Amino acid sequence: MSATVPLACKPGDYKSDTKPIWCPGCGDYHVLLSITRAFAALNLPPEQLAVVSGIGCSSRIPAYTSCYGFHGVHGRSLAVGAGLKVARPDMTVVVASGDGDGYSIGGNHFMHACRRNVDLTYIVMDNHIYGMTKGQPSPTTEPDFDTALSPGGTGLRPFNPLVIALASGANFIARAFSGHVNETAKIIVEAVHHPGFSFVEILSPCVTYRPDQRAWKDCVRSAPVEPTDDAARAARRLMTDDGFNLGVLYRGDRWPYQPRAAATVTDLAEFEKGFEI
Amino acid sequence: MTTGAMLLEAACAAGWNGLLTRSVGPQIRGGEAAALVRLAVEPVECLADHFDLLVGIDWMNAQRFEAEIPLHPGAIIVNDPAVGEPPAAMRAAAGRVIELPITALIKANPAWRANMIALGATAELLGLDSEVLHALISKRFSDKGESVVAASVAAIEAGAAAMAAEAGVAKLARAQKTDVRRWLITGNEATALGALRGGIRFAAAYPITPASEILEWLAPNLPKVGGALVQAEDELASINMIIGSSYGGVPSITATSGPGFSLMIEALGLATAAEVPIVVVNVMRGGPSTGIPTKSEQADLNIAVYGLHGDAPHIVVAPQSVPDCLLTTQWATHLAESLQTAAIVLSDQFVGQAQVAVSRPADVAFIGQRLKATQFEEPYKRYALGGNGVSPMAIPGTRGGQYTADGLTHTERGTPTSGGRDHLAQLDKRRDKLDLHDYGGLWATLEGEGEIAVLTWGSLTGAVREAIARAARDGVKVRLIAPRLLMPVRPAEMAAALEGVTRLLVVEQTHSAQFHRYLRAHYTLPANTSVFHRPGPLPMRPGEIHRQIMQGAAS
Repeated sequence: MSATVPLACKPGDYKSDTKPIWCPGCGDYHVLLSITRAFAALNLPPEQLAVVSGIGCSSRIPAYTSCYGFHGVHGRSLAVGAGLKVARPDMTVVVASGDGDGYSIGGNHFMHACRRNVDLTYIVMDNHIYGMTKGQPSPTTEPDFDTALSPGGTGLRPFNPLVIALASGANFIARAFSGHVNETAKIIVEAVHHPGFSFVEILSPCVTYRPDQRAWKDCVRSAPVEPTDDAARAARRLMTDDGFNLGVLYRGDRWPYQPRAAATVTDLAEFEKGFEI
Repeated sequence: MTTGAMLLEAACAAGWNGLLTRSVGPQIRGGEAAALVRLAVEPVECLADHFDLLVGIDWMNAQRFEAEIPLHPGAIIVNDPAVGEPPAAMRAAAGRVIELPITALIKANPAWRANMIALGATAELLGLDSEVLHALISKRFSDKGESVVAASVAAIEAGAAAMAAEAGVAKLARAQKTDVRRWLITGNEATALGALRGGIRFAAAYPITPASEILEWLAPNLPKVGGALVQAEDELASINMIIGSSYGGVPSITATSGPGFSLMIEALGLATAAEVPIVVVNVMRGGPSTGIPTKSEQADLNIAVYGLHGDAPHIVVAPQSVPDCLLTTQWATHLAESLQTAAIVLSDQFVGQAQVAVSRPADVAFIGQRLKATQFEEPYKRYALGGNGVSPMAIPGTRGGQYTADGLTHTERGTPTSGGRDHLAQLDKRRDKLDLHDYGGLWATLEGEGEIAVLTWGSLTGAVREAIARAARDGVKVRLIAPRLLMPVRPAEMAAALEGVTRLLVVEQTHSAQFHRYLRAHYTLPANTSVFHRPGPLPMRPGEIHRQIMQGAAS
């Protein structure tokens, strides 16, 4: 399938009737729009799609779709998503997260999900702030950003999720901007199609706690280079870009992780033989 | 270790019953190790009070085992004079020392192994037929070549010959070989097999002592039945993975011990709130913190029962013996699936790692049966109220059943809410579905009669049963009450079990008497109730429990 296949489903078919809790102007509304457009383009029935999340503003997204959803505990969405995909390889699994949920409390799972390379798509809505808990610094917050919990700023270098993903073995790495709904949808479609662990970081402004991020729309640009399958070249690009290059930045060719069940099912009585005296 | 396992296997093949536990030092590999074997004609569920025979291959750091290896006053120590003397305390406790010149024999025959010489000597002293050992050698070592088999057989015969002249050694009572199908199995293996029998087809694993064997048994065997095991990056991931797989409709399990179990608590609450069936085995070890990884204790009772934040009804069951690990895990899977909740299996290091000979456990009909939604009214209410509290669950892939499972307080549809009415309704639903279930006779082991009762749980059940049998020989009738189902509690059933009991002895292996406090919180106990409790690492033995029973009986 590709995005050019005539649509049997409309984006609206993938939207639920639950009203989002997000602030007016939140970038996550656009991400939801991109996801539903991507699902329509994928032309998959909603019951074959699962959207799994943790805790945070962005993690509310499963219930806003008409797909199967799982809204779990803080930071563990990738584990839930991996368990679901390995047990049910017939399902298309999208895991949604934010910079606090995904990079801080869920940081260890992020690395190992990249390394494990289960065939799922990981969308992180990054706004460099904890929104739901009202404005604390996240791993991607700038060092001098002043908050109640970090007066005068954290003084810490921000986490570079794309570099971490590459170093950990992610098979597909892209950056998108929530304001570019169609481009983001196309990237999500490509991420879902790409075998293995596909990571899509979406810059999604928080208009409430980071009004300065309204300027992001003027900062972002299409990456001036074509996607590469060379990890070393990708590393150089990701290490040196300013965080506003958009598009697919790396495509790997690793086989996805999927344990193979035996072709024939062993009768349980067979296992007893190992214990018989 | 090989010697102990081979002795047990040979003795059981010859018709005896037996139990093997191991004790090792802190070294990763090598270092001091003891195989503790109890053999008997009748079935064996626990260690005896004393050991009758101690065979030392060497005595390096053997004093570390003094407390664990209490010797009978008539006990025999077999010693190789070339490796020195047994520890003084052990020597003082034993009746006699027999010399076995292991080092000298190997010097003359370099292909022989010390453990095979010791095995031959042990078999001779016990009266175990050499043919059984020879058959076992062929079975175990045939892939190593004929010369290894021949050297092992020769070493065993030399060991036996060295003991043949020893007079006055009491042999084991002769065992009769039976036609009953018997297994040699550990509790961790039985747990894993019980999981498969119950319908488990997915496991997530993070290694931890003393639970890893469950996961290592499942790893090659789950794929053979169409399932899968994934090694996770930590216990937070492993439990969340099985929540994901079970949400996908596949019955799922993980196994861990105290430290990992502590990490899983938040997600256990999620499984209860989102009503996703999961089975979590906690093979308890000494705690708190890293504690004593290789020793048993029952001190995770509190965290299993009360550890979850919020009001989070869930299942807690505890196996009572090695073979009961199979039944209890199978039952736990059935309960988790039927009631759409988290089921915790509180095993422990003793039953988990002990290897015993048992009659093949009977097949039971408990298979995970999840109530699934297949036809939908608009809109589908995943968490619908009414009935017995169990609401049909839509499995991903089922058209029309799309819903979002949520750990947030939710409406019947699963929509997050902070409303008091929905909160109360869903709390009631989750409580009722567990409380209203008929758990049947498996909720507890109830044996014997009389006005005295011992109330215990988990792996202590075997030692208590043996103590009660001794009391019976002393003319004191004692009841055994051992709940297998610890949560939800069964007040009516417990009251019936305690009917007519005037004196109660509670026996448990914790420092703070957790089980007694739990009983007091949920049940009405006789006024005359005493508690015998102590922490690990030493196993509780039938003799000390028997003394507690008799002290009370005399008073």
